[in-house]
Amino acid sequence: MNEKELTKKAYELRKDIWKLIYESKTGHTGSSFSCIDILTALYYDVLKQTPETFGQTEADSYIQSKGHAVEALFAVLSDRGYFPKEDLANYSGFKTQYIGHPTNKVNGIEMNTGSLGHGLGIGVGIALAAKQDHLAKQVYVLMGDGEQAEGSVWEAAMAAGNYRLNNLTAIIDHNGLQISGATKDVMNSEPLAAKYEAFGFDVKTVSGNDPAAISRILRTKSAESKPQLVIAQTVKGKGISFMENQANWHHKVPSKEQYEQGLAELNSRLEEL
Amino acid sequence: METKTAITANEVICNTLQEIAQNNPQLLVLTSDSRGSASLTQFITRYPERSVELGIAEQNLVSVAAGLARAGKRPFVFSPAAFLTMRSIEQVKVDVAYSNTNVKLIGISGGNSYSNLGSSHHSLQDLAITTAIPNLEVYTPADRFETMALFEYLATSSSPAYVRVGKRKLPDCYHEPWENFQPGRAKVIRQGHDVCLISAGETLYSTIEAAKLLEDQGISTCVVDLVSIKPLDTQLLHKLSEIFKRIVTIEEHSIIGGLGARVATITAQHTGTCQRIFGFPDESAISGPQAEVFDYYGLSSTKIAQNVRSFLKD
Ligand SMILES: Cc1ncc(C[n+]2csc(CCOP(=O)(O)OP(=O)(O)O)c2C)c(N)n1
Repeated sequence: MNEKELTKKAYELRKDIWKLIYESKTGHTGSSFSCIDILTALYYDVLKQTPETFGQTEADSYIQSKGHAVEALFAVLSDRGYFPKEDLANYSGFKTQYIGHPTNKVNGIEMNTGSLGHGLGIGVGIALAAKQDHLAKQVYVLMGDGEQAEGSVWEAAMAAGNYRLNNLTAIIDHNGLQISGATKDVMNSEPLAAKYEAFGFDVKTVSGNDPAAISRILRTKSAESKPQLVIAQTVKGKGISFMENQANWHHKVPSKEQYEQGLAELNSRLEEL
Repeated sequence: METKTAITANEVICNTLQEIAQNNPQLLVLTSDSRGSASLTQFITRYPERSVELGIAEQNLVSVAAGLARAGKRPFVFSPAAFLTMRSIEQVKVDVAYSNTNVKLIGISGGNSYSNLGSSHHSLQDLAITTAIPNLEVYTPADRFETMALFEYLATSSSPAYVRVGKRKLPDCYHEPWENFQPGRAKVIRQGHDVCLISAGETLYSTIEAAKLLEDQGISTCVVDLVSIKPLDTQLLHKLSEIFKRIVTIEEHSIIGGLGARVATITAQHTGTCQRIFGFPDESAISGPQAEVFDYYGLSSTKIAQNVRSFLKD
């Protein structure tokens, strides 16, 4: 996809997420809007994986460690044909498999996440196996910046550096917010770039709500035999004015008025594009 | 589910701790990006210097609490029950229980509170895990009066303890404030002679409702509140097993290692009363709206009554 198509796609997906959360009355709204451009870059431009090849050992892997932003993942997977869009009508419903976190009962999802701080370690395992089996696949792991407080993230980072896993790409959705407020006030994890460099990563920073820019960075493989970290500078709630940079939109559900206003904003942005 | 009062356990705890904090300068509240979910904003606004935020780091949360307690503080630790009793369990075992530090661990949004968020967020094994650890008291209060009394007790006790609370607004199971809370004491809250129902925490209310339904059908039903999961009221359980031929336990927990199992261990070694354990089966629980999930697993008041009836016919 070209730059414009990617941006457009990300806004169309925002409409799907907005609707999904509004209708089911549950969801991690700000978190999903924050990372949707990253997922768009991955699923429409970067990942060597299709609904058909998903699960085959050669296919690239994606692990969403910040599992709570599952609405973004569901929107992308259904749009890419991993499962029918109609299935999401039962999102969060009785006995549904489309629950509020990623589960591998759903086609396209490799691992069950939701408890923060697991994804990078899982990524290390999949990347190690690929090395052992001489597979040319890449493993991508998406984490939150608040999530960086988990000690397990750093245990995994140490292992990734130790095994020089250049087939592992960690991405941090660096929106500066978590549930209780600004990450720098809740538990400061900075300087993230310097920390990951010290753990043996090749670190890059990108404008995180620009899918084309993210795609370019992710496609540029580093020459060094090091795992990569992409720090995606994002805005939590990106795309709807009253939601942007507001910690309280972490898992807030829009009212009817808010839904309509937000939808109008997304539509007018799409018209501009 | 059914709500009469409009207050959650978290709100009761926040109010009670604010009262206690006035006369207890050592009392601290520790959170892991959980202050909103724990409804602690009021406490933290009022006593900013008495709160410690650890970020999304539940293991460190518990170790830091143990250190603070060792140094004379009275930390109350708040984190979702699923993470506090799984992610942090070795810290709970070694730094709190084994080292005997005065830490009160409050597992919020316990049991099936996060129904639609899936197994990562359910804590349906927390009682099994925590009761297996020596030197750790375990409680699950059922309503506002009991919660208040429990926290007044916890503020004065020096024992490590784990408390599980849920997310829902709590209907009253009792009619008035408690004089005091006694660890290791269960309460008979309804007399009856045909069958004895034992529950605790948020399922106690549905159990009381079920008892009323059974009463309407001519089955005289005793209801016991087993708020103190550990220590256990062995004496009362012995007595109940002497009086009743049939005991049913009801819990928002896996049937493995929870309240029912605790009761069975005691009664099996006494009279061997016939018992049924109503709880969550040994599977990753289904997701969905909580009331429907509870009904599916036979934990709504109507299903409890129905299943007790068929147990009595067996
Ligand atoms: C181990 C664990 N602790 C706590 C939570 C509850 N929780 C869900 S999302 C969240 C905040 C995440 O913040 P961040 O990583 O910055 O992600 P964002 O949504 O801001 O992108 C928390 C604390 C969890 N899911 N897992």
